[in-house]
Amino acid sequence: MAKTPVTFTLNGEEAATFVDAGANLLEVLRRGLGDLSPKYGCGQGTCGSCTVLVDGAPRLACLTLAETVEGQSVETTGGMADGPDLHALQKAFIEGFAAQCGYCTPGMLMSAKALLQSTPNPTREQVIDAISGNLCRCTGYEPIVEAILAAARSPRRSLGSPL
Amino acid sequence: MNRVDYRKDLFADERDDSLAEIGQPTLRQDILGHVTGRSPYYDDHLFDGLLHIRCVRSPHHHARVRAVDCSAAEAMPEVLKVIRAADVPVNMNTLLSLIGFGKDDEPLLADGKVAYIGQPLVAIVARSLRAAQAAVEAVRVDYEVLPHVLDVEEALAPGAPIVNDVYPNNSFDYHERYDHQKLRFGDVEAALTQADHIVESTYQMSPIEQAPMETCGAIAAPETNDRIVCYTGTQALFFSLGVTAKQLDMPSSRLHFIGGTVGGGFGGKVDSHHEPLAVLGTLLTGRPVKYQWDRAEEMQVGAPRGGERWKVRDGVMADGRIIARALTGFFDAGAYTRLSSYAVQKSTGHLPGPYTIPNVASNVFCVYTNRTPSTAMRGFGITACDFAIECHMDKVAETVGMDPIELRILNAYRDGDMKAHRRSAKNCALIEACQVAAEKASWPLSPEASAASSLSGGGIGWRSEIPETSIDTAGQIGRRRQDGHGTDPYAGADTRGRVAAGHVDAEAKSALGNAPQDREMEADLERLGFKTGLDDRRADEIPVQAPPPPPPAIPRQSGSALFVARGNGPSLPSGFSPRSQPAPATVRPSAPPPSASGPDALARPPSPPQPSSGSSPLETKAQEEDAAPNALRRPTVSPFLRGRRR
Amino acid sequence: MIHSGRGFACINYPIGMNLGGDPSQALVHATPDGKFMVTLSSIDLGQGVKSVMRQIAAESLGVPVADVYVDTADSDTGPHDMGSFASRGTHRMGNAVIRAASEARHQMMEAAAEELEVNASDLVTDGQGHIHVKGAPSRRITIEETSQAAQFRQGRTLSGRGIFLVPFSPVDADTGEMTPVSSFAHAALVVDLTVDDETGEVTVTQINSAYEVGRALNPKLVEQQLIGGAWMGVSHALYETTEPYYPDRAHGPEDFNHYLMPGPGDTPPNHISILERPAPDAPFGGKGPGEMCANPVLPAIANAVYNAVGVRCDSLPITPEKVLRGLRANGGARPQPRPQTRVQTRSQTGAHTQQQTLTGPQASGRPG
Repeated sequence: MAKTPVTFTLNGEEAATFVDAGANLLEVLRRGLGDLSPKYGCGQGTCGSCTVLVDGAPRLACLTLAETVEGQSVETTGGMADGPDLHALQKAFIEGFAAQCGYCTPGMLMSAKALLQSTPNPTREQVIDAISGNLCRCTGYEPIVEAILAAARSPRRSLGSPL
Repeated sequence: MNRVDYRKDLFADERDDSLAEIGQPTLRQDILGHVTGRSPYYDDHLFDGLLHIRCVRSPHHHARVRAVDCSAAEAMPEVLKVIRAADVPVNMNTLLSLIGFGKDDEPLLADGKVAYIGQPLVAIVARSLRAAQAAVEAVRVDYEVLPHVLDVEEALAPGAPIVNDVYPNNSFDYHERYDHQKLRFGDVEAALTQADHIVESTYQMSPIEQAPMETCGAIAAPETNDRIVCYTGTQALFFSLGVTAKQLDMPSSRLHFIGGTVGGGFGGKVDSHHEPLAVLGTLLTGRPVKYQWDRAEEMQVGAPRGGERWKVRDGVMADGRIIARALTGFFDAGAYTRLSSYAVQKSTGHLPGPYTIPNVASNVFCVYTNRTPSTAMRGFGITACDFAIECHMDKVAETVGMDPIELRILNAYRDGDMKAHRRSAKNCALIEACQVAAEKASWPLSPEASAASSLSGGGIGWRSEIPETSIDTAGQIGRRRQDGHGTDPYAGADTRGRVAAGHVDAEAKSALGNAPQDREMEADLERLGFKTGLDDRRADEIPVQAPPPPPPAIPRQSGSALFVARGNGPSLPSGFSPRSQPAPATVRPSAPPPSASGPDALARPPSPPQPSSGSSPLETKAQEEDAAPNALRRPTVSPFLRGRRR
Repeated sequence: MIHSGRGFACINYPIGMNLGGDPSQALVHATPDGKFMVTLSSIDLGQGVKSVMRQIAAESLGVPVADVYVDTADSDTGPHDMGSFASRGTHRMGNAVIRAASEARHQMMEAAAEELEVNASDLVTDGQGHIHVKGAPSRRITIEETSQAAQFRQGRTLSGRGIFLVPFSPVDADTGEMTPVSSFAHAALVVDLTVDDETGEVTVTQINSAYEVGRALNPKLVEQQLIGGAWMGVSHALYETTEPYYPDRAHGPEDFNHYLMPGPGDTPPNHISILERPAPDAPFGGKGPGEMCANPVLPAIANAVYNAVGVRCDSLPITPEKVLRGLRANGGARPQPRPQTRVQTRSQTGAHTQQQTLTGPQASGRPG
């Protein structure tokens, strides 16, 4: 099968790979480039587990043709921490016990990150709106909403290991 | 916003709250992996040349498979292997065969017939998901469509299509004798005739998908030591390993299973369907193979919580005391048993709910229908049963004009009460939970209900005793299909017998934990966080049990547990009086009413032991066990950990 | 018209696999620097079994939780466990871990005793990484030193084995006599909701709940279960099913656009009280809260819908369609009486203002 070269930035670093025609971004990130942080939850665009940022906007990787991110900037949860320093959202999820099985967490963090970049001080309703495409089966959502609000309130400080 | 508080004031004298690590809000060990996307779920392992499996699935509820033509699929260049039923070394299995419960009744790949929409017949192993799916669509199957049955009660009727050839009566066989699991405690029929009101209803639970965010699946790959590694999302590592070893007829030591980090389960990841197929794919191709459900499969092929149906019939007195509860339960197993047979017994042990009711009977069926097999889900065996019971309690409260919470507290089980499965209740806290919830919601309770306690009023008189019990042989395997009689506990029960009253020595009969194999494995008592019972347990030489008192006179005065003397104080739990009456200064439970206090509720004389027809169970079972001292059982340090049980 | 209603339910839940026969094993060993590895085959589905076993091991060993790690589930290194289901994880594996940790602790105390030249029975741990003579905290040795002395000078392992098995017990065919489990968790809750008699829509507005969990081994993990479980209960009661017209198989959902669950904007406030009556047979008394917590929500919602509009929904889920059919059959909404305020209970806090309006007399019902 003919393969197409695709080049983009992944978490700030240049990434290049060959993709099958019709390959989705989720498979290319996970099995092509080895970034396993976006998760397969439905392949239908209905659960949000595969959410990544493309040029800063949340995008469902399972429904995104890999070829379409040519030249764009892709961010995943795998690149969220700055070395050992966690992002304020990651810290807030840890301290707020906002994850149980953790499978929806990378997608939630991406949607929340996009929100805080455009709306640094969101209301509760804005937070709910931002994660309304991300399903969670464990937490009942409330701890996640609270964690995102807490991250928005917190100074963006570095953490080291919280554990 | 959620608010959480701790009622440390309750049961404070039973707990030592000064532990160092227990009770601390320690961060999760796995949380750093979760927030950085590095927690290793089964699909987060990379392999060169990974192959994928898709299955050919039945489009029919029920059909005979006349022929399967895989030639077009096999000719596809991207297809490495087409797996059929004949390629599975031990195609038939039942999950609980690992604990010796039930007959092998489900093929890994359908062989000769399909019994539900979505049942897999053929598994395609191909280089890509897309190629596997294309090959699935190229397989031609010639079906002869058969009549099907989808309703549990229709499935039990004479002439219903046979769903599962291993259980040709469309119900699981219990004890090689009955088509259902029985519970008999006291005499429900007699008690119902004494009740002021009969409250009867039917409840239907919906089938529900566990819907973990991570779909079910497994990846198998060859290891360098002639073993197979399998990364799996199972909820039960050795369960899945055991099923795989059995179905592939290989020593379990050749299997190396890795899991433990799972994206939600809720009961849907016990069935061990992916592991054998992925490992078989690897054995047949020598390559890494992944078998993962997509979301549509997860929702319609993956086993859901079953659609249980419950019928409840209560006999209740005007003051709110429930004196009889008869239940019929139908677990819709779908086409194969999976774990439904187990859930039937679990629910039977749960009846009649957290209440002390002197006469209880139930028949619970595990029924086969032509739908996706059901399996475990959060609250398995209990959720639907509790939905029925708790909706029913409100109807009972409405019938007698009583506050619904007060009705529950009046009937609640307490420490020392005898449960319908013939073991004493201990460590109860239902009443306190009711009181706290009512207080939080500003739901006013009567002073009597507010003062009630799980610690007192239970285990006294009839509440601690096993009543004389009416038993029957209704529902012998195969008879229902011939006779077409109903499914109620006593329907078609033309032969009845009785089990004498008595007190089971629960401790002696219990199957509680065994001793540590080595004294070194015993924990120090003081370090386990219990405040009460330390002195009782400190000296190892104290015998586990007091010497048994003399056996009670049997049979007991029948009717003592039926509350036949209406409005008679003794039957009410401590401190409680019905709302309609002025509360006496002290209403205390006491000994069972004297025999003269009411008519013999068991108007029907006890049947003599039935003539034995073959293996008839009706020889009266005298409960030989001696009564245990019936003092309130205080919580104590775990006898398990002290190893003093045996 | 919007009608408010209030419903109650209470439940108990059996902890551990029904009828037993489900062993769990654990191994504990010390690293050269005096930390401890716990090796299991439990599955962490999100319930946090790794974290709870870590705390149980630390408490049993008498060492800080930071010095314990749990490794699960690799069948080559972790001993057998039946699995994570039936609320058995904390109970069965917790007891196995206590045993394994206790054996390792006994060896650790023996090793420390040899170093300090005292009897092991005179030694205690301080939970901070030291072992000292009872009543003489200055006569002490670190656990790291103990571990090194044991492994490199005394030739002694600091390790432990644990197994916990409730032997299988049968069920009687005729009476159902059995020994199903040895401890029960409890819950009771009050649901407040509204029912729109024009659309049939049910909206849960508040939950007040009490859960009795034996002991909250890690309160935050218990809260995770209770909050998430209540959400799932609401979801079960009002939305979820794979077969909307059961027993008919038609219209089964195949994606999350058709398989409905409440979203982050649909979660009612849940005011939870946690009660702890330790179970004698459970690790530190803790009962598994994860399964039971969803159960009472389903009937409480059904009871509250009846209270609001007089429609009994005995079949789940309680969809707008079923509510509307019930309203039509009844000739309209028939709000039911509420418990009257007889005794003012102890006032709690802010939320009560809201509750009083909810519990007020219902004069809003359409005439039947």
